[in-house]
Amino acid sequence: MLRDWVNTMRFGTISSPPARGAWLYLPAALVALAMTLPLIYLIVRASTAGISAWNWLLRIQTIQIIGQSIGLALAVMLAALLLGIPLAWLVTRSDLVGRKIWSVLLPLPLVIPSYVAAYLFVSFFAPRGLLQQMLEGWLGIERLPSVYGFWGAWLVLTLMTYPYVFMAARAVLSRSDRSLEEAARSLGYSPLETFWKVTLPQLRPALAASSLLVGLYVLRDFGAVSILRFSTFTRAIYLQYQSSIDRSTAALLALVLILITIGFLIAEQRFRRSAAEYPHTAARPPELTRLGRWQVLGLALVGITLLLGLFFPAGVLFYWLVRGLAAGGQVNHWLRPFWGSVSAAGLAAGATVLLTFPVSILSVRRKSIFSQVLEKWSYIGYAVPGIVVALALVFFGANFVPGLYQTLFMLLFAYVILFLPQAMGSIQASLRMVQPSLEEAAASLGENPLRVFQRITLPLIMPGVGAAAALVFLTAMKELPATLLLAPIGFSTLATQIWGAVSEAYFARAAAPALILILTSSISMYLINLHSMNEGSSQRQ
Amino acid sequence: MNKNRYFLFVPLMVALLAGCASFTASSQAEDAGRLVIYSGRSESLVAPVIEQFSQASGVKVDVRYGNTAELAATLLEEGKNSPADIFYAQDPGGLGAVAMAGLLAELPEELLNKVDNRFRSEDGLWVGISGRVRVVVYNTQRLQPQDLPPDLFGFTDPRWKGKIGWAPTNASFQAMVTAMRQMWGEEKTRAWLTGILANQPVVYDGNTAIVAAVGSGEIEVGFVNHYYLYRFLKEQGESFPARNHFLNNGGPDSLVLVSGIGRLASGKNEENALKFINFLLSPVAQQYFAGQTFEYPLVAGVQMQAGLTPLENMNAANITVDQLADLEGTLTLLRDTGVLP
Repeated sequence: MLRDWVNTMRFGTISSPPARGAWLYLPAALVALAMTLPLIYLIVRASTAGISAWNWLLRIQTIQIIGQSIGLALAVMLAALLLGIPLAWLVTRSDLVGRKIWSVLLPLPLVIPSYVAAYLFVSFFAPRGLLQQMLEGWLGIERLPSVYGFWGAWLVLTLMTYPYVFMAARAVLSRSDRSLEEAARSLGYSPLETFWKVTLPQLRPALAASSLLVGLYVLRDFGAVSILRFSTFTRAIYLQYQSSIDRSTAALLALVLILITIGFLIAEQRFRRSAAEYPHTAARPPELTRLGRWQVLGLALVGITLLLGLFFPAGVLFYWLVRGLAAGGQVNHWLRPFWGSVSAAGLAAGATVLLTFPVSILSVRRKSIFSQVLEKWSYIGYAVPGIVVALALVFFGANFVPGLYQTLFMLLFAYVILFLPQAMGSIQASLRMVQPSLEEAAASLGENPLRVFQRITLPLIMPGVGAAAALVFLTAMKELPATLLLAPIGFSTLATQIWGAVSEAYFARAAAPALILILTSSISMYLINLHSMNEGSSQRQ
Repeated sequence: MNKNRYFLFVPLMVALLAGCASFTASSQAEDAGRLVIYSGRSESLVAPVIEQFSQASGVKVDVRYGNTAELAATLLEEGKNSPADIFYAQDPGGLGAVAMAGLLAELPEELLNKVDNRFRSEDGLWVGISGRVRVVVYNTQRLQPQDLPPDLFGFTDPRWKGKIGWAPTNASFQAMVTAMRQMWGEEKTRAWLTGILANQPVVYDGNTAIVAAVGSGEIEVGFVNHYYLYRFLKEQGESFPARNHFLNNGGPDSLVLVSGIGRLASGKNEENALKFINFLLSPVAQQYFAGQTFEYPLVAGVQMQAGLTPLENMNAANITVDQLADLEGTLTLLRDTGVLP
């Protein structure tokens, strides 16, 4: 009954935000407080940094490394957008053959830890890697061009991060209103013009948020850049820990990284602010654009992306496994790490999404300086390398709450700090597409706020929630520093197994858990997709 | 369809239950008590020997695996509240940092005396367990052993241009440079670093990547620790075209590096901690390292892998672990010469 009424209200007018939901400030402030812990830790540590640390920081080379970091981040952001948007459009809006399968497979490169991805990439494409060995037989090629440096890092990181853009764009495209686009077409716009002038503006907030995630991912990545030998600022921070266990210099550098992140946040805000908001949700299932002879081109794009981002890595892993087993190598027990990964990542996804709601709702529905600051504040954990967040929680946990230290709760707490911004972008984007008037109307009919959220808002934003949960799940599956330092002792995950084996050159032992990681993630993606997409379409009936 | 949205929470509940179940199993303490180890050495290397100890002694052992430097930083943050009894480190650097913060307890003489003086800290705060030797790994399709110079300085010759691989961020490499500064002096070390740089060495992330690159022929020689090669040979067979060249000249380029172990003063299980260290220095455990991980035992009289010379018969660098402590000076030199950013 309520639902019928909701459908009739779908094309209502936008009204100003109502004065309710103030109680949300409490949980949101608690989340923000948790985010402050790494910052406090960094300031405490950096305050003891000596003169040599400052000298190091102010050298010309350091400025150059910062420039390289930012340059790489911007280049990867651009590439991820150019790859993620068309892929999302193909699987949601076109009649591309096999689009349901592609929709499940395309987010998966996200689950491969970036150091493993880089290592696999190098094994395959290095001047004398597996590819060269294959080509030598047929074509007599003795050496391939170098894959190291900027372009190698750029390619690997693009393949690891385009899923952020893809998933955010897919969530919006699967819900947004086609009637606007049809109106544009009937007014004589070409399909491309329609996309540029009508579809893209609707995507803009989601694209801003997801490309921000891509940029910050690149800024804080350590694994890929060190294997592909590209000097970035985060690599410098890690080297401080690695070689001299110099916590104060590392903390000083991490604070600089936060400053750079603030720059990115401001840019994102600018970009988003100039975007119009289109609070329309689809009233009927979208009609699919017929690709016709473009079908081949679409399949080629999907194929090449999956080939490089998923099938090559999986293929090399499979080769390692077979080669190692043939030589009599052994595979470690995988059941315990498998459960460790699935349970930790599953709980992380649930806890993070739940805690993201207050901050997201406030920042979308109750725009104020305070809610904007709260929102930006929650990026702190995402602005610094994982090892910094992990050590901050070691410091606070061991010294102030020893009872909780190194428990599953502590690990989840770390995951929430690390991954909350990932969930926020896509939940905010889908909230913006829900008309506040719907919620107001339900509230005026006497429903309490929680019921309104549960019966009106949640069903409408379900694809966004699904995408958010999926993002957190996939990234928590591969998380390393916090898992190693904060998990209950003896806890092992697939990612810790892979790391332990690769770092000691036991390739076969690394391959088995890595393949299980990819397989588990595929199944999870399939379930989440199936579900959040069904939920989406059921609303339209 | 409305109920469907709770579907998402089903896997979460399952995960929660699974998570809980896997921890109740590990919380029962046994009569012989517990032991908590922070291991900077990889699970692949040391899990079997820890398991052996647990079986033999009945002690319930919990291990946190991680990177040596990161675990050292963790111990420094935890201070006296650390749950750890033992810090088992891949290299002396991490142990040194923890020892300097006053977190390690002095070990009994009878444990320290099991290894040569070179391989234990002078103040008796930690002791070496197993060793690895700096070698030159070379591609056997491009080079013969007689093509290689008698010491690392020979690689500054222009004929090696573009053919060398190294890993300046690696702790073992940095320890070798510290040894060079001690034995060759600052000037010669600086000359070596700039000489190698002039030959445009290919920079790798670590030893594993160098051995892989030498095997594939991407480079011809690399400066590494000896034992990575044997893992490649085991997985890829004897035809893997790379072998180690032991310089064996008594200089810093034939340095022995040790993994080591220390006991946390704040640890609650002192007796088991000492029992464990004693076990690692026993013939059984030392034989495991020699036989399974291709390392050098530090206790005499253990059967070596075919092709490896026992340490006591080797002309290795005569330098103590404490002489290798001046990492700061090495990092400054590496940055000055532009080897490190």
